[in-house]
Amino acid sequence: MKLTEKEVRYVANLANLRLTEEEIARMVHDLGGILEQMDRLSEIDTGAVAPMAQVLFEAEETATLRPDVERAPIGDKLAVANAAVSGGGYFKVPKVIER
Amino acid sequence: MTAPNISFIRQALLKKEFSAVEFTREALATAERENPQTNAYLSLCPERALAAAEKVDEKLANGHEPGPLAGVPIGIKDVIMTRGVRSTCGSKILENYIPPYDATAVERIEAAGGVILGKTNCDEFAMGSSNENSAFGPVRNPVAPDRVPGGSSGGSAAVVAQGTAVLSLGSDTGGSIRQPASFCGVVGVCPTYGRVSRYGLAAFASSLDHIGPFARSVGDAATLLEVIAGRDPLDSTSADAPVPNYTEHLTGDVRGMKIGVPIEYMKHATGETAQIVNRSLEDLRRMGCEVQEISLPATDYAIACYYVIATAEASSNLARYDGVRYTFRSADSSTLGAMYQNTRGEGFGAEVKRRIMLGTYVLSHGYYDAYYLKAQKVRALIARDFTNAFQSVDAVVAPVSPFPAFRIGEKVDDPVAMYLSDIYTITGSLAGIPCMSVPAGATTEGLPVGLQILCKHFDEKNMFRLADAFEKR
Repeated sequence: MKLTEKEVRYVANLANLRLTEEEIARMVHDLGGILEQMDRLSEIDTGAVAPMAQVLFEAEETATLRPDVERAPIGDKLAVANAAVSGGGYFKVPKVIER
Repeated sequence: MTAPNISFIRQALLKKEFSAVEFTREALATAERENPQTNAYLSLCPERALAAAEKVDEKLANGHEPGPLAGVPIGIKDVIMTRGVRSTCGSKILENYIPPYDATAVERIEAAGGVILGKTNCDEFAMGSSNENSAFGPVRNPVAPDRVPGGSSGGSAAVVAQGTAVLSLGSDTGGSIRQPASFCGVVGVCPTYGRVSRYGLAAFASSLDHIGPFARSVGDAATLLEVIAGRDPLDSTSADAPVPNYTEHLTGDVRGMKIGVPIEYMKHATGETAQIVNRSLEDLRRMGCEVQEISLPATDYAIACYYVIATAEASSNLARYDGVRYTFRSADSSTLGAMYQNTRGEGFGAEVKRRIMLGTYVLSHGYYDAYYLKAQKVRALIARDFTNAFQSVDAVVAPVSPFPAFRIGEKVDDPVAMYLSDIYTITGSLAGIPCMSVPAGATTEGLPVGLQILCKHFDEKNMFRLADAFEKR
């Protein structure tokens, strides 16, 4: 399946990805080629097969639950240590609502 | 000093031929000196390494057991978190990211006496098959410096091949440990899904991501897996299955072991790679294995299936890099929307953008059923192929890659060709079974070629037994 430039711009917007004009042209070409490969999936009959969302192996039913015990959190100082901009123990972002 | 292994270091420490601190200093100096040849380490962490070595020396001085990895220099792929040590994931967007915590595998390595020397280069967010997608430059293959080391764990394979680490950790989502192991002539193991905790592994495709070891021998790889494997309450997908003593199973005896060779793989295999694999099959027969053809009919759809699932999961997982919590924010962030879009547009490299776009597309309204849901169904068929095969064979043996290490820059402009080269490794990833690459020989040009061994879920012990016997053939 070929992708149009309009579709590439639409998907980039969904993905919150700013692309240059050059990148958009390249995406139209590359994604088209890759989707052609992906379209081969329609050739195989999957009839009543249940979708596999996770690797399946035998285990106890409760095996995925951890004990419900308190753990010390890392604290706000460390939590925001890698923030682009922070202040007062919070992440700072540009204004969300314009006054 | 010739390529030491775990037991050499242990014996020397016990006999007081050198201390762990002395050995670590020398390892750090070697890494510092030789790294410019390959660019395999992105950073070294001498303080942390020496602190770990001091602990080993203390234990030895007090007559305590120093741990199964005592004093062993280890490289960690940069997608695996190390507290206080920069972890970039090979991406500009995380260039200055310093994790506030350790991955469980890292914690277990140090608890076992291992010495973490530094962080290894990789394709950005583990997306790639050549290590050319790193924001910090490609890695050169130690065996052939004009060639790629494979990817995405190229740096982890290279440090072990180059001798600037004895062991390393990589991550494997569709072949990212096995293929570079094959290209660099070392052992690389992708364990059963859930065998090793993913806590602290930067998420790429959560249903496919694995952490696994690189080593210069099967025995050393088995020892490292034994240390990092096992249930972790911090990863709900980690398996609650007991961890066997893998090294006990390295008996050298593989007589009567039934080996399956997928006809769908061998029909594509050509050239010297196919010759080396066929020679390996002869060796296995000579060792007493029963080699037979098997069929994995869904193989032809594996690439499409993998690239739908992996990119869909990646597009979700990488949504977190938005300019808020993870260091990099675009200077052009006048509004919230501009901050998201510009940060991601400037911070991610070409391959990561391509995969986010693909993943977003296949998950978008109207396409979900045709791509993602369909791919999950095909994945079930691929897994079923292996379940059926393991009813008649103990192990499946196959090539790792259709070709040996290629030249840097040779395939970089053709993403489809790059994706297609993952054909032999992604099927095992999709099924979640343990698989590994063990050196099988070299081409006339001297380029290493690995043999892939795949076993059923949690049967690493037989996989190691076969690989070890093959290695010593």
